[in-house]
Order: sequence, then C-alpha cells, then structure tokens
Amino acid sequence: MPGVEGFIYPNELELQWSVLIVLYPFITGLVAGAFILASLERVFNVQAVKPTYRLALLTALAFLLVAPLPLQLHLGHPERSLEMYLTPHTQSAMAMFGFVYLWYLMVVLVLEIWLDYRRDIVLKWRASTGFARLLYGAMALWSDNISESALKLDDRLGRALTVIGIPSAFLLHGYVGFIFGSIKANPWWSTPLMPIVFLFSAIVSGIACILLLYFVTCWLRRVPVDMPCVDTIAKYLYYAFLVDFSLEMLDLIHRLYEADESFRALDFMVKTRLFTSQIVLQIILGTLVPLVLLGLSQLVTFREKTRRALYVLAGSLTLMGIFAMRWNVVIGGQLFSKSFLGYTTYKMEFATREGLLPAIVLMILPFVILGVLIRLLPPWGHGEGDRGTHAQG
Amino acid sequence: MKPRASDYVHLVRMAGLFAVGITAFLVLRWLMVPADFGELGHYRTGAVPDNMARPIVYAGQAVCVECHADVAELRARGKHVRVACESCHGALAAHASNPDGQKPVRPDPRRTCISCHSANISKPKSFPQVVPEEHAPEGSCAACHAVHNPKIS
Repeated sequence: MPGVEGFIYPNELELQWSVLIVLYPFITGLVAGAFILASLERVFNVQAVKPTYRLALLTALAFLLVAPLPLQLHLGHPERSLEMYLTPHTQSAMAMFGFVYLWYLMVVLVLEIWLDYRRDIVLKWRASTGFARLLYGAMALWSDNISESALKLDDRLGRALTVIGIPSAFLLHGYVGFIFGSIKANPWWSTPLMPIVFLFSAIVSGIACILLLYFVTCWLRRVPVDMPCVDTIAKYLYYAFLVDFSLEMLDLIHRLYEADESFRALDFMVKTRLFTSQIVLQIILGTLVPLVLLGLSQLVTFREKTRRALYVLAGSLTLMGIFAMRWNVVIGGQLFSKSFLGYTTYKMEFATREGLLPAIVLMILPFVILGVLIRLLPPWGHGEGDRGTHAQG
Repeated sequence: MKPRASDYVHLVRMAGLFAVGITAFLVLRWLMVPADFGELGHYRTGAVPDNMARPIVYAGQAVCVECHADVAELRARGKHVRVACESCHGALAAHASNPDGQKPVRPDPRRTCISCHSANISKPKSFPQVVPEEHAPEGSCAACHAVHNPKIS
C-alpha cells in the first residue's frame, strides 16, 4: 500500500489530526509568548521593551481570537461548541479549555488592553465625529474621566491583571501541552515534560513573533528601530530559548536513556519520516542556528545593521523551528503504529476543509485582525512617554 | 492623589458589563439546557425513551431466514456463514413487515464486495483480499463468485 510501511492498524492508516491541529498549539503559543513579553514591561519593569508592550498585547488578542478556529474547522459544527459552556464536562481537559480561553480573552487580555488604552480611547472619542465617535464612546463606556487619579487607578488594576495574566498565560499554553502529554497510549506525546516544553517553546515563539512584528511595523512606518528595545528582546529570546532547548534535550536524553519498548519505532521514525522536519528544520535550522546567532550577538558587539539582520534571521528561523516542533509533535505522533511495527504517511490536502489553503488563510487572519486593531488602537508613541505622567485630559 | 468616587465610574460600568454578560449566560443556560440533563449521567434522561421510541430499521437475521431459508442454507455452506444478511443488503425491517410492497435495493455486486475484500495491510493475511484493479479491473464480482457462497462458481 503506498505510503505505508510494515504493519499498522486500520484506524492508523489515515491521520485524524491534520495541519489545522498543528496550527492550534502554534497560534496559542504565540498568544502566550506575546503576553509574557508584554508582562516583562508591566510587571518586571523592563523599560527597554516598552515600545513593544502594546503591540504585544494587540498581537496576543489578534491571535487569541483566531486560536479556536482551527479546532472549529477540524471538528465541524461550530454551533455545537457553545454546548461546551452550557453543559461542561468537568473531567474533560478539552472541555475545560473553553473556560480557560474565555477567562484569558475577557478577563486578562480585553480588560488589560482596555485599561491601558482608556486614555487614548477617551481622547479619540472627544476628537472624532460620526460613527467613530459612537464607537470610541462605547469603548470608553461613555465615561470620559481621565484624571490623574482615575488613570492611576487603571494602572494599578492593569498591573494586578498582568500578575494574574502570567499564570493564566502559563495555564493557557501549559494546557495545550497537557492535552498531548496526557495521552498515555501515545509514547511520542505521553510525558509530563510536555506542558513545560510547550510552555517554553510558546514563550520563545511569542517573543520571536513580536520581535519580527516590531521590525516590520517600524519598516512600514518608516521609523528607526529602537535598538536597546530589540537588543533586550533578543536577549530574552536567547535566555528563553536556552531553557526551552535544555528542556527538549532533557526530554530527548531521557527517552534515549529509558529506551522503552517504543524507542526503536520512534528512533526509526525520527531518522526517516521526520528527518527533514525534526532534525533539519526543528533542531538544526530552527534551534541551533538561531541559538548560535543570538549567542553571538550577546558575546560580540556587532554594528547596528548587522544586529538587525541577525535578529530578523534568528527570529524567522525560531518561528520556523517552533512551527516544525508543533508539526513533529502533532503529525509525528500519528505516523507510527501503536503496534510499533509500521508507519504511515501524512498526505496534506489543499483546498479542502482541513487542507493547506484553510491553514494559510487561518495564519493570515490574525495579521488582518491585528491590522484592524492597530488602526483602531494605534500602539505607537507609547514607548516615548512615561506611563506615570499621563497628561490631564 | 487619593481617588474620588467619580474615578471609579468607568470601572463600575465595566463590572456591570461583565455582570450583564454572566447573567445573560446563566439565563441562556437555564433556557437551553433541558431540566433532566445530568440526572443519570452527562446526557439528557429523556434521550433514552426518545431513542427507544424510534422505529426499528433492522429486522435481524432470524426474520430473514423465515422466508429465505434456501439462501441461508446456501450461505451456511460457504465462508460467508457468519456474515449477516443486513451487512450487505442494508436495513430490512420495512421489507420484513411488508415483503411485497417494500422491496430492498439489490447490493452493487462490485462495490459491496470491495468494501470488505479490498487489500489492506492492516487486515489479517488469512482474510481473502485482492487489489480490485489488478484482480478484475471491471465488471461484477458475481460474474465469477456466487455471492452467498463465494467460491468460484
């Protein structure tokens, strides 16, 4: 049979989880990572990354709005997803995700963005006419109090929300890893390290995404890149990546040392069917090369232009590497038979419900939403001013 | 500077908005979730009698044999002895209750066979299986095999 090697069970021939399920952890990872980067400024007071604070929040929101869509498209009948809220099954990790998602969307992101932007919203409300006035008025909840004491109150509440937001972001992405890690029938997935590995790779991908988006937005706006900001982001990307890489290697070494009954099958799979996506794209190009590039930038003082190029290259490779990691987890976990005696192949379709085309559309959609959000709530100019010295409206 | 009562207005409004959202959700839940949901398990208790009240579509092996004893005997001598009539012929309760008025659709003597006997690496080696395109590129399987006792006829 084409694409099949050795013995597989009938229900393993065709992969049940497609490229859309690869997108799902990738997108939620970007959300969690972008939020963690935003929290660096807010909670840990890393002033250098301030120019990306609002951009990171808006990016997290844009990607979070798209995060459930791959699942909806994969499962079909999106109207039934409401049942998850109406009659939640408390023993189902999948069902509980709905509540984690809603909490994160409404309580953490929307509320934090609203509090942070409230002054801007009120000023826009005052300055605009027609529909824009109505829109900004509604967003301000028709309260135009932007006195110093009111803004200070917003700031304190926003800070508290970010503190709650960090464990929430950990929960959001740790949960995605938890889903895979708790599937005990699949040795490729079943490891308690999975939630932690997913979480750190999420942080890495989110930081890389914001780094690249910042470069792109500066280029589009024809403004100079704030070098201390990108240097700091690159530094955090490097640290997070080191932790992520160490955890992944720990997982790998543990698998090698433990060498349980699945080891030979998995080892064969990594050396054959997953060789390009795992060894070449994920480990060499997507992890080692960016780690070397970022490490070099920490050790050697390059010229600004070189550093910019280095960061863009490292960020792009990192994103590709994390995507490859999601691919290898989701697709790789379905390529081998649970008998450990055979392998199947994933044949990606194109213009079908779970094909490449909807996957591309779903990857473009967050950027469209981000464009709308940026137009509605411009994140620029935030880095120049100081949060504590908001002018009286 | 100490906050004044007016500094809380927008926060109270936002809290109100959340309260409205949560209330709307609870009302929606009250309206949409059936009262008997969860009594016996994670389902609606009424679903059990609802399913029991649905018409039976499968007649069962014994009913078929009552009229078609000759076919049953033929099948009993061959390898299809454990294949139930309705596996190939589909649900036959309507035909059983009205044999002349409700004639069952005759199964396609190629597609029906292929659905079980098409070669697949996951099937046991002892199970008869062929690559249809190589074994017989076209035509009916019944041209060579007696379907109820599928040795070469």
